[in-house]
Amino acid sequence: MSEKNDDLKKVVNQALAEQKVPHVKLDKMKPSTVDIDKLTKPSKETHQEYWGKGLTFLAIVLIILLVVSIIGFVGEHGLATFFSDHVNIIHFLTSTDWDPTQGKNHVGALAMIVTSFLVTLISALIAAPFAIAVALFMTEYSSKRSAKFLQSVTELLVGIPSVVYGFLGLTIIVPAIRNIFGGTGFGILAATLVLFVMVLPTITSLTVDALKAVPTELKNSSAALGATRWQTIYHVILRASTSRILTAIIFGMARAFGEALAVQMVIGNAVLMPYNLVSPSATLTSQLTSQMGNTVMGTLPNNALWSLALLLLLMSLLFNFLVHLIGKKGKK
Amino acid sequence: MHKHLLGKLTILFLFIVTFLTGCANNNSSKITIVGSSALQPLAEQAGNDYRLSHSGSNIVVQGGGSGTGLSQIQAGAVQIGSSDVFADTQKGINAHLLKDYLVAVVGVVPIVNKGVGVKNLSIKQLQEIFTGKITNWQQVGGKKGAIIVINRSKGSGTRATFEDLVLRGKQAVKSQEQDSNGTVKKIVNSTPGTISYISFPYATDNNIQKLSIDHVYPTNKNIPDNKWKLWSYEHMYTKGKPNKATASFLKYMLSKKVQTGLIPKTGYLSVNQMHVKRDSHNKVTKLGK
Amino acid sequence: MHAKRNDKIATVFIYIFVAIVICILAGILGEILITGLPHLSWHFLSSSASSFQAGGGVRDQLFNSVYLLILTIAISLPIALGAAIYLSEYAKDNWITNTIRTSIEILSSLPSIVVGLFGYLLFVIQFNLGFSIISGALALTFFNLPILTSNIEQALEGVPQSQREAGQALGLSNWKTIRGIVLPAALPGILTGIVLSAGRVFGEAAALIYTAGQSGSTIDYSNWNAFSPTSFLNVMRPAETLAVHIWKVNTEGIIPDATIVSAATSALLVIVVIIFNFGARALGNMLYRKLTASNTK
Repeated sequence: MSEKNDDLKKVVNQALAEQKVPHVKLDKMKPSTVDIDKLTKPSKETHQEYWGKGLTFLAIVLIILLVVSIIGFVGEHGLATFFSDHVNIIHFLTSTDWDPTQGKNHVGALAMIVTSFLVTLISALIAAPFAIAVALFMTEYSSKRSAKFLQSVTELLVGIPSVVYGFLGLTIIVPAIRNIFGGTGFGILAATLVLFVMVLPTITSLTVDALKAVPTELKNSSAALGATRWQTIYHVILRASTSRILTAIIFGMARAFGEALAVQMVIGNAVLMPYNLVSPSATLTSQLTSQMGNTVMGTLPNNALWSLALLLLLMSLLFNFLVHLIGKKGKK
Repeated sequence: MHKHLLGKLTILFLFIVTFLTGCANNNSSKITIVGSSALQPLAEQAGNDYRLSHSGSNIVVQGGGSGTGLSQIQAGAVQIGSSDVFADTQKGINAHLLKDYLVAVVGVVPIVNKGVGVKNLSIKQLQEIFTGKITNWQQVGGKKGAIIVINRSKGSGTRATFEDLVLRGKQAVKSQEQDSNGTVKKIVNSTPGTISYISFPYATDNNIQKLSIDHVYPTNKNIPDNKWKLWSYEHMYTKGKPNKATASFLKYMLSKKVQTGLIPKTGYLSVNQMHVKRDSHNKVTKLGK
Repeated sequence: MHAKRNDKIATVFIYIFVAIVICILAGILGEILITGLPHLSWHFLSSSASSFQAGGGVRDQLFNSVYLLILTIAISLPIALGAAIYLSEYAKDNWITNTIRTSIEILSSLPSIVVGLFGYLLFVIQFNLGFSIISGALALTFFNLPILTSNIEQALEGVPQSQREAGQALGLSNWKTIRGIVLPAALPGILTGIVLSAGRVFGEAAALIYTAGQSGSTIDYSNWNAFSPTSFLNVMRPAETLAVHIWKVNTEGIIPDATIVSAATSALLVIVVIIFNFGARALGNMLYRKLTASNTK
């Protein structure tokens, strides 16, 4: 270290000696006072840089810890069904016989898997065009003021508790479906419609962010080429923001997937294979929520519910993967 | 400006973290009651009254379901676990470790939508409806229309009572399930052709049709001598012998003030009123009175 | 002129979709407010809830909701902000970063009851925090972090690259660029994230039932000592929020006026969310103006 410092000192001195700047009196610069230590020390900015990077890294570590702990927790309980209660995993995924209190041969989740998938997919499929239309309206069509107003109102919807949505669904949507399609009115359709409203704000507001992030230059150059508004939207704006819109939809689907209280009230909550959109069935979350409090920790019925939670995690992983895959293809 | 904001947030965060770790509660006199959501309103009110009359006491009453109550009392995580079902009927619970306090009795009543035109069923008809043998209201003297069974969640105390006393070991038909009294009431009220069952304290409004069974009316008067057979105990369990504070609260729960004052007001029945006793295998014995 | 025609058709469709959405929004909010507002009274706001008689209020629930929200944001915002900055500015674009991102997205699909039970076993039992506001706030943090992080990250990425280059050109360190330029510019987006997650905190019930609890203890609003069990500031006391109250009253409540209480509480909740949203936006605009020395358009 000291060798290096000496070297540096030499270099500095040499440089100062060789300097031929006529107007500055070399005497005043006093080469001997040049503090090499200070020069080679990291600057204040570098320190800040370390701190900043360190702090933000700490935050990400915290989140990773959190994710790992919760996945580990769900995994530990969820896998117990297969390892300590010896439920056949194939049976679990392919049977529709769900009655864990009867023993390990009655733990089949297929009906719930199918229903969860259907409910989530359909509600996201309905909500996405609406959300994109509203987002386009807010960013491209309306004035800033009315866009802000509309955005605030949509965000309000997030704050309404799911119980309230459930009851609105129970008193408005279910009777309406009963009158139109017959049956009891409870089923996937009712759940889908309730979820549609619940995920709309999430998807819309994230899509608005996505559209706003499209650089103005792109839009302007498209307009300069003589494109109509729709051409600009379709060929430029939507293309440029595809992957972020997809992220918005994933978050909407995640919300739909994990929603329990509202769905449970309108889907009928009967563990049956849905044979049409208006027959009562149950999702993974609705069973999870309604049964959890009634089972005893560590027993098969309880572990089976944790397996549902684990399944839920794995399935949302799958969703995620699929959507990203589609997003990559769409970008080409 | 921004530096300060970020710094402040960090400090606040660190403060909260230290606060968290340093703030281990002294739980000596704290009583936590967890479990049965059906018993919750009653326990909550009793807890509030108790707090007023016993200053310095600290009672926390939470729901979570009977299964949670039993698991947590067995784990020793709480002082009292409340439940709608006998602990020894639950797998995974070692009932010998728990001490059972029967604090109240609650009736269960079958309810139907007002439009079905039925006010009375025999117990056999009820059984056949819930096992799926009878599927149209016409078969039991009502208007024409399919019967929609709304069952209660598996493992819930209300369902256990109903299945033990009505189905008697037969399998219920696969049907819709709901886990709370309030939701069931709303669904039966709004959906034509539905039948379900709820606890007495919830069956107070006129929008739903309560059924009598074999012409016995579902009132609290018919329960003490077992004329109305659909009833169950509300339990409070402690792990082994309760500590002083917990024992004092349980004594209060069983005192005259609660049993004859609060409990009838909330729609439950006092255990002292009962002329019969029922064990966990549904064997009913007359109490010598 | 296909292009012109298509443009017209698209415009019409977008307007129709927007009109439908507006109808739905207006219908839902109208329904909640119309059924609830007539029952809102000073008495309702200022009295405590009752277990089984009619005429209870929601004073404590209202306070708890707001208090819990403040605590949750105080805990989750620094973490989310840090993580988002790291992801958008520092992290290398490799599979590790992608895995982190994906796991954050997955976390947000966990049903809230799982988060609630996890919080119950970890905070309430393991850390011995009991049913308390702080347990509730921590559980909500779990549930809040994914969407908040992802929102903030998106907001940061939305800041034009030229702004960062400008910072670098001025010789600022990365960190200074982030703090002085990128963060202020991303403020509106960050705010949207906060508002959205705050909405979820207000509306969440299932995760809180097992952590903050579904019944409160007696609270004394004149006791400012945060360590006293009866103080309203004490974070170790159990607390029921407005959303949990709505859930409880509707499912297992035996009060005779359950429908009224639930309708009024829903309306109150909507109003509180409105006030919060506008408050947050106003504050955000003020900050934005101050930090960027620009007029918000």
